Amino acid sequence: MNLAFHDLTKRYGGHTVLDAITAQLDFPHVLALLGPSGGGKSTLLRVIGGLESPEAGSLTVDHQPVPTMQKPLRVYRSKIGTVFQSWNLFPHLDALANIMLPLTAVHGVEPEAARTRSLELLERLHLNGHAHKRPAELSGGQRQRVAIARAVAIRPKLLLFDEPTSALDPEMTAEVLEVIADLKSEGRTFVLVTHAMNFARTVADQVAFLAHGQIVEQGAAQEFFAAPRTETAQRFLAKVLKY
Amino acid sequence: MTRHHTINAAISVLLGATLLAGLCFTVLQATTWDWSGVWAYRQVFWRGWLNTIWISLAALGLSVLLGLLAALGRRARYPALRWLSLGYVELIRGTPLLVQLLILFYVVADAVGLQNRYAAGILILSVFSGAYIAEMIRGGIESISKSQLESARAIGLTRWQTYRHVIFPQAIRHVLPPLAGQAASIIKDSSLLSILGIEEFTLAAQQVNSATYSTLESYLPLAIGYLALTLPVSLLARRLEHKFRYET
Repeated sequence: MNLAFHDLTKRYGGHTVLDAITAQLDFPHVLALLGPSGGGKSTLLRVIGGLESPEAGSLTVDHQPVPTMQKPLRVYRSKIGTVFQSWNLFPHLDALANIMLPLTAVHGVEPEAARTRSLELLERLHLNGHAHKRPAELSGGQRQRVAIARAVAIRPKLLLFDEPTSALDPEMTAEVLEVIADLKSEGRTFVLVTHAMNFARTVADQVAFLAHGQIVEQGAAQEFFAAPRTETAQRFLAKVLKY
Repeated sequence: MTRHHTINAAISVLLGATLLAGLCFTVLQATTWDWSGVWAYRQVFWRGWLNTIWISLAALGLSVLLGLLAALGRRARYPALRWLSLGYVELIRGTPLLVQLLILFYVVADAVGLQNRYAAGILILSVFSGAYIAEMIRGGIESISKSQLESARAIGLTRWQTYRHVIFPQAIRHVLPPLAGQAASIIKDSSLLSILGIEEFTLAAQQVNSATYSTLESYLPLAIGYLALTLPVSLLARRLEHKFRYET
């Protein structure tokens, strides 16, 4: 997978969150976006996912430019599986219906086929017996796994995880990280924004380190964690890995 | 509740009941009941009552449609539509129904050549009620969290699909209880259509009154006839409210 940014800029009000990023990121399967809060990693993920439009600059995903017009942009988004920090499931639909909705409404899958595919996924994510529960009846970890199932069900070319465990307690975090690790061994491609450094270290092939709206450093995950080259990354890692 | 409060409440209730009983007694004393005149006109009451029912039903249906359009208009992409919807809602909610009836019936309906007074009356009542329903629907739509709309965008739903699969199924729980209350309001407000010469329940009672010269015998059934319609609707509203409060 290749992500290429050219002068990519995103502002909120007067605040520049992504500051003219120009970079090439190549990774076989898993890219981790790391860095301090407010450094721009979530915003970059949302721009990659087509949820935010940059003010200036452009980006390509696997050498295809991300569309800017509304309709092609929607089609683009539909082919990417996004998992949010707070799962964002639809509260009026049960787990099964949440997973089926994009399949039947957006991807034109027949209801029976969508059902079979969704039930298989629920089973793979250890959610048997929860198909007909609504989000309010599920634990945080279960909700996040349903959200992952919803993102995976569409067979996306790219999965995006935006701090998928930040709202979970340690036990639930472990449940969800296990599922994400499984996705890697299945050979899926994804970009992950996370504060779980040890997890990033084990699962990521490649790391991009963001601070002040810039990609300060990028490289193979093992090398980055073993010997960060820039001072910002060194200080960041020293701080977060200390305890 | 303290002892002090209990005594206060008891005195208030007693006082209120005494006053009411006294008033009723005075009125009833002064009235020499004669139901025979009114009984002869029971068909007029019945027809008026039935007219009130179908006029209210028609106005309810039409006002839900208008309210939905205005609520969607408030969220439209085009500023002109947004302003139009806002103008409609504020203008209608800021003026009395009676004034709207007079202006829309004697000026607007006349100018556009709408001759049928029933059609005009229902239309005006719907325009009036639609403005209130628009606000209820808008509230229901806005109760949907931003994160859900974000999710809808992320999975690639179109605007219409987002309404259909995400917003409407959830908004309806917020809208149904106040909507049932609004139905009761429409039934009561339809009595004002009598001033346009529409033969609904209130006009029927007035006709009976002028034919028989009996006042309370004409208007007491009128009040009871309205209550027979509004009480079940209010009860329904309350039950819906209760149901949806505990289900989410």
